[in-house]
Amino acid sequence: MYQPLNLTIGVTVFAVGKYTCFIRPFLESAEKFFMRGYQVHYYLFTHDPAAVPKVPLGPGRLLSIIPIQGHSQWEEISMRRMETISKLIAKRAHQEVDYLFCLDVDMVFRNPWGPETLGDLVAAIHPGYFAVSRQQFPYERRQVSAAFVAYNEGDFYYGGAVFGGRVARVYEFTRGCHTAILADKANGIMAAWQEESHLNRRFIWHKPSTVLSPEYLWDDRKPQPPSLKLIRFSTVDKDTSWLRS
Amino acid sequence: MVYAQPKALTPSRKDVLVLTPWLAPIIWEGTFNIDILNEQFRLQNTTVGLTVFAIKKYVVFLKLFLETAEQHFMVGHKVIYYVFTDRPADVPQVPLGAGRKLVVLTVRNYTRWQDVSMHRMEMISRFSEQRFLHEVDYLVCADVDMKFSDHVGVEILSALFGTLHPGFYSSSREAFTYERRPKSQAYIPRDEGDFYYMGAFFGGSVVEVYRLTKACHQAMVEDKANGIEAVWHDESHLNKYLLYHKPTKVLSPEYMWDQQLLGWPSIMKKLRYVAVPKNHQAIRN
Repeated sequence: MYQPLNLTIGVTVFAVGKYTCFIRPFLESAEKFFMRGYQVHYYLFTHDPAAVPKVPLGPGRLLSIIPIQGHSQWEEISMRRMETISKLIAKRAHQEVDYLFCLDVDMVFRNPWGPETLGDLVAAIHPGYFAVSRQQFPYERRQVSAAFVAYNEGDFYYGGAVFGGRVARVYEFTRGCHTAILADKANGIMAAWQEESHLNRRFIWHKPSTVLSPEYLWDDRKPQPPSLKLIRFSTVDKDTSWLRS
Repeated sequence: MVYAQPKALTPSRKDVLVLTPWLAPIIWEGTFNIDILNEQFRLQNTTVGLTVFAIKKYVVFLKLFLETAEQHFMVGHKVIYYVFTDRPADVPQVPLGAGRKLVVLTVRNYTRWQDVSMHRMEMISRFSEQRFLHEVDYLVCADVDMKFSDHVGVEILSALFGTLHPGFYSSSREAFTYERRPKSQAYIPRDEGDFYYMGAFFGGSVVEVYRLTKACHQAMVEDKANGIEAVWHDESHLNKYLLYHKPTKVLSPEYMWDQQLLGWPSIMKKLRYVAVPKNHQAIRN
């Protein structure tokens, strides 16, 4: 149904500091599994363009390397992604792609990720919280924060590592999150899980049209439950403390 | 808004299919929270158009249709009833709730009931372009010889929806009464087909309903030129269209039922839009 529409799917991915080591496995696995048969445009944000390996891309697939400022604090890098993505869309992505996915780089594709994931506004269920009550979701619980969610609210706990949709919707979404992040900053507060907290709050009031199961955002350190028939996108084994130093 | 948490590992219904293979929701009671949906659609200030044809003796069905629509159809949202009739003087005065109005569209009739039925496609497509596009966000196209007996609301709204025919929802596709003669534009071979949709209840955004009704009308014109009339008239053409232009939502037979013929099986948690008993011979003459 989607192929005749000649769609271009964009992907934003951030590789700052030591995270450049994840670029090759991310891109190589994406070439194998992500939106095969579609036009794809990767937008790779990095502080060190020279560190980006040459990964061969299939026909109709492009890579744009966009330099950004590094930051000493990993939380800061993480939070600035919302602003960076919205600026990218305003500047060029709105003309270059129909749909945009915003993915974490420290992940690999293990099985097909296709047009079933396309929707107006797409979120993915966090692998740690799909079988848990909303009271246990790690929402930001301090009322002073713009990301606050009360104990009797919430649908699912979504992972910050995967979101997307039609490019115009992603623009509104990232702008909204960034505004909330700035509000918190002005009040000297940083949400419990950085932009993931803001993403979660925003998805309660602007519900996603498509929700991806944990097949699309898995943590390989977890045992695979019977309900999970296939793992499509999952974490790369890594030493977090070293990476963030 | 406070509501129960959705559970990722608990299906809303275990006895029925709630999603088509192309990921369109199939709407059954229990699959949706109407409060969440109402809020979403009210935020958009949605207006829904309901088209209904009351030609010749069928005007007699209007009163009950409209009175029950007032009770059950899109309550709380803006509604415009578009009543197509050849007898404008016989359109009953039914009191309407706030934000709801009725427009009478005077049209010609046809001698044969099959032609009355089929020309609805032409009329809806023509008026979609001329006026519906500017007046409503969604169109629902319904048969008049029916009544609303339970909630029919915004849960049905999407770009394009069809309704499962209550006689065929558990049948194999070979048994569907598709048009089987290759000469007809409505032809569907025995190894194809998703569902058998009922011609009495379909809809979507104005643009998509326009495309559907225009395509069906053109297909019927082509058939006429080739000296053939599809076995179930506009319903045959509707089914062909929805096979190749898949609906974005599918309504369960809760939205199209005949209690006299089919009773009330346990799988139907609600009967929302049901046939009104009629004498076919008397009414079609």
